[in-house]
Amino acid sequence: MTQQDYSLAELMTVAAAEAFRGNGEVLATGIGLLPRLAASLAMKTFTPELMMTDSQSWMLSEPNNVSGRAVSDRQAQESWMGFSRIFDNVWSGKRHAMVGPTQIDAYGQTNISALGSDYQNPKVQMLGVRGFPGNSICHANSFFVPDHSRRVFVPGECDVVCSIGYNPKRLPRGYSLDEIDIRRVITNLCVMDWGGPNHQLRVLSLHPGVSLEEVQENTSFELAVVDDLAITAAPTPEQMAIMAILDPANSRAKQLKDNPAGDRRRLEESRNV
Amino acid sequence: MDKVRSAYEAVSEIKDGMTIGIGGWGPRRKPMALIRELLRSPVKDLTVVAYGGADVGLLCAAGKVKRVIFAFVSLDFIPLEPYFRKARQSGAIEVSEIDEGMMLLGLRAAAWGVPYIPTKLGLGTDVVRLNPQIKMVDSPYDNKEWLAMPALKLDVALIHASRADQRGLCQIDSPDLYMDDWFARAAETTIVSCDALVDTDYFHQGDNARSVFWERNVTQIVVPIAGGAHPSSCDPLYGFDMAHFKEYAASAAGDGIAPYLEKYVTAKNEQEYQSLVGGIDGILALPLPVY
Repeated sequence: MTQQDYSLAELMTVAAAEAFRGNGEVLATGIGLLPRLAASLAMKTFTPELMMTDSQSWMLSEPNNVSGRAVSDRQAQESWMGFSRIFDNVWSGKRHAMVGPTQIDAYGQTNISALGSDYQNPKVQMLGVRGFPGNSICHANSFFVPDHSRRVFVPGECDVVCSIGYNPKRLPRGYSLDEIDIRRVITNLCVMDWGGPNHQLRVLSLHPGVSLEEVQENTSFELAVVDDLAITAAPTPEQMAIMAILDPANSRAKQLKDNPAGDRRRLEESRNV
Repeated sequence: MDKVRSAYEAVSEIKDGMTIGIGGWGPRRKPMALIRELLRSPVKDLTVVAYGGADVGLLCAAGKVKRVIFAFVSLDFIPLEPYFRKARQSGAIEVSEIDEGMMLLGLRAAAWGVPYIPTKLGLGTDVVRLNPQIKMVDSPYDNKEWLAMPALKLDVALIHASRADQRGLCQIDSPDLYMDDWFARAAETTIVSCDALVDTDYFHQGDNARSVFWERNVTQIVVPIAGGAHPSSCDPLYGFDMAHFKEYAASAAGDGIAPYLEKYVTAKNEQEYQSLVGGIDGILALPLPVY
């Protein structure tokens, strides 16, 4: 296998796994197949003390495969963790959730509830706020964005603000912005965090072949950039092997449209031939 | 002490304008036979509190609902509940949209007889802006602002359990009881449908009493209906009926709810309904989902 034989989904998964590095004994929750694969990869490699559920009601000592499971398959249950008990544990802060919001604004506020300016009569009703309001003020959150565009990274504020971000105007009395803990943003173009001046969204690394201009063009607000802007690290052979074990049915290949290659330069090289 | 009633008798406890809580979660362990009975009743103007699935969608589509108090309404594998979506996008219903955990706190406050529970959930979000009835409070112990989640008092709770006896002892075998215990405790009247009616002796055996999650004085009515959660799941007895949910969702994109109700609900009893969806044997054969 050459260095370039990895998909964008695999590159994003490995970058997303990095978000959990050194997190310690927290509940790692990846919503959606790739974030779940990422959290599982982190738990299987560099952050083994992470905790995980079976996405239903048990805590697991070993993550389940994200594909190819049968009802009868055994799983490494270590405790019961029904929905209400998850709250009892994570309201203390010991969780890192990676979620996929429909809208994200410059403050790190997100929306999964409804689209349109009239809340009573929304243009599009989506999921509802779900656990976002509580999660965002209780524990760390990261975002996974399969399609980096101005429709996701919106100007102004989200149509419905479902999660608290770094907006001083919305900060409840007695709180400081430093109590809000939004970690990484992994998109199909780059990896970012909220570490720019005044918690500005900041580019940490570009995926191979992606330009900074393209990232900025697809974002409705101004981005900060780290001084030592890197290229997102390719999956190692070990990480590729573990992803193959965790996802035996290769469901990761179906998560991004047309399953693009992880290194765009390779595609361009082949076009130039 | 005989709390066993028919679905018709049970649902006739529900009056116009009442607030009803519905147990279960999305497409999982919803008291759907009771919902179908409610659809056949003349009741209207309900306020519904639920971790919603097709229960909420059907009640909205049938014009039974004035307000929905919710954190999500979803069928899981069909993420957006089609009839709830229609009702929202046409402005047909009022809503109070809150965090999943806030709903739990509201039910607990009602169960414990306190007006509210202070929490930080929801602070800084539109949950506060869009729910003007939710107030902020100062703590006597610190200088921070807290959200006062008001008690969600229910007139009636509807729940589906694995088993119950005629005295209202209920057992849930499913891996998760969701917030069903809190729905039961928050309600004036709790109506529990169950897959099987058992003698009280059953609970004396082994550790069966271990999976009784609320006390019998919290249950007022028991309605035995085998397969009564269909098309939602009653794990480990049966999974949810994906094909049926797909037909239901397709109707929203096609001719609307009227033909669906005509085919499955209106002027049909539960036996007739079940014969249309493969009978009790077909329901019990529905595979459990793998997550």
